[in-house]
Amino acid sequence: MARERTGMVERRGAGLWLTHLGMIAGVLVIFFPIWLAFVASTVTQSEIVRPPMPLWPGDEFLANYSKALLSGVNVPVATMLVNSFVMAMGIAIGKIVISLLSAFAIVYFRFPGRNVFFWLIFLTLMLPVEVRIVPTYEVIAGFGMLNSYSGLIFPLIASATATFLFRQFFLTVPDELAEAARVDGARPMRFFIDILLPMSRTNIAALFVILFIYGWNQYLWPLLITTDPEMNTIVMGIKQMFPSGDDVADWPVIMATSILAMIPPVIVVVSMQKLFVRGLVDSEK
Amino acid sequence: MEKRVTFKGWLLPFLLIAPQIIISGVFFFYPAGQAIWQSLFIPDPFGLSMRYVGLGNFEYLLSDPYYRQSFVTTALFSTLVTLVSMVPALFLAVLADRLLRGAGAYRTLLIWPYAVAPAVAGVLWLFMFNTRVGVISWYLGKLGYDWNHVLNGGEAMGLVVVASSWGRISYNFLFFFAALQAVPRSVIEAAAIDGARFWRRFFTIVLPLLSPTTFFLLVVNIVYAFFETFGVIHTITSGGPQQSTTILVYKVFSDGFVGQDLGSSAAQSVILLVVVGLLTVVQFKVIEKRVHY
Repeated sequence: MARERTGMVERRGAGLWLTHLGMIAGVLVIFFPIWLAFVASTVTQSEIVRPPMPLWPGDEFLANYSKALLSGVNVPVATMLVNSFVMAMGIAIGKIVISLLSAFAIVYFRFPGRNVFFWLIFLTLMLPVEVRIVPTYEVIAGFGMLNSYSGLIFPLIASATATFLFRQFFLTVPDELAEAARVDGARPMRFFIDILLPMSRTNIAALFVILFIYGWNQYLWPLLITTDPEMNTIVMGIKQMFPSGDDVADWPVIMATSILAMIPPVIVVVSMQKLFVRGLVDSEK
Repeated sequence: MEKRVTFKGWLLPFLLIAPQIIISGVFFFYPAGQAIWQSLFIPDPFGLSMRYVGLGNFEYLLSDPYYRQSFVTTALFSTLVTLVSMVPALFLAVLADRLLRGAGAYRTLLIWPYAVAPAVAGVLWLFMFNTRVGVISWYLGKLGYDWNHVLNGGEAMGLVVVASSWGRISYNFLFFFAALQAVPRSVIEAAAIDGARFWRRFFTIVLPLLSPTTFFLLVVNIVYAFFETFGVIHTITSGGPQQSTTILVYKVFSDGFVGQDLGSSAAQSVILLVVVGLLTVVQFKVIEKRVHY
């Protein structure tokens, strides 16, 4: 995207500063909710319940975070973090593996029913889990998979986006490579492992970033199938920390949990920014 | 497009494709089929038997004022989310595009909220506008405005719209920024030489060139508002007050799980299924177009 920027239509002087000012104002407004949550996670409950709360961090950081992580409200937040991590990794890896395999089969083989399978997978693009919650819940309950990692993971890896992405990519791989492998007498799986997988590295990484965040940020599904607090994920667990009725919520601990819930996906997005932007643009194509 | 070179055999490809087909079958096709099947029945109050009612559930739904209201709410909500998330994003992208240096740093900062789960975003905004402890509601009170989204449906709608749009601004910004960077410099400079000022250039040249991206984002954001905002609504308003923020997806949940009205919930699923289908078709058409530009 490198392009010559000769500055003819770029602003200088006052205009430039106004532009920076506008950007900074935008960033500040966008950041304000996160900042406020962070401040709330470092002060005492009494400072919050007597509004207005301070806008600068206090010195209760360690106290609030260790209370959240080690005891939480219903269950230690550390437990919820582990659950979220297992779920997000399971969804990301599971989706990538099954879609690599099925895309390989669809692109590199001719077998009876291939088109039917292709359309079956294509149909799954269309229906988010939010729409089929009741019957999917019944399936999971029937298998005895409530409150289990497999119940959290499996229904969410049944989607076709990743398969399509890999299919598109495999179609761009030069035919000569498969030809050469065949002439050398290499078995299909050798070709898949030695040539196709290494070539797909960047795509796999980009997709991983998107899917990890997708899995980590799930809300409705864990809400339905984890009735045992020990199995709660952090994103759905925050809401469970609010007391029912008129009791006052433990805001510092809740806000510390919110901050903890956003750290892993934020780290993934910011540290893998290039891959992330690429994955985003690719997966929408 | 098809590969010219393929491998022989049919057992291996079956094994390769089996995991995806089995998982889709068990967790996707079977439940979707169940939804369609259940939508034709009403279970008796004890859940012992099902009574076949044909399209009765649908007829009932379409004449149910609450369900119709939910359609209107969803339309309003998704329109507002689309606007509130796209306009500021475009504005910030235009500003960032005018910078020779530093645009990358701003991008890194602006990308953050995308990573925040809708449900967590809901909690953050709920905290700021909480009627007892919220900072913004407190300052609004000082200015003489009595904020109470627990009782006021309009305020509740405003709050869920802003909380849902917040993370989406990052997403839209990324796409607008990339599109702006791809606008040919020469075109803009030619207009500048002809004496067109910045905003004139923006509205007559840049904005039309952005239209494929804008249209694409329009569709994607509507899909988002329809299906991915459940977390925001559940954490902030739980659909209230008086169902003023009960969007369609929330109603499937509240009727199916809270109200235990399975027939109606299944019929709603089927209606949503049709909506998703239509949106997907539109999305594909849009994407096809996008490639040709």
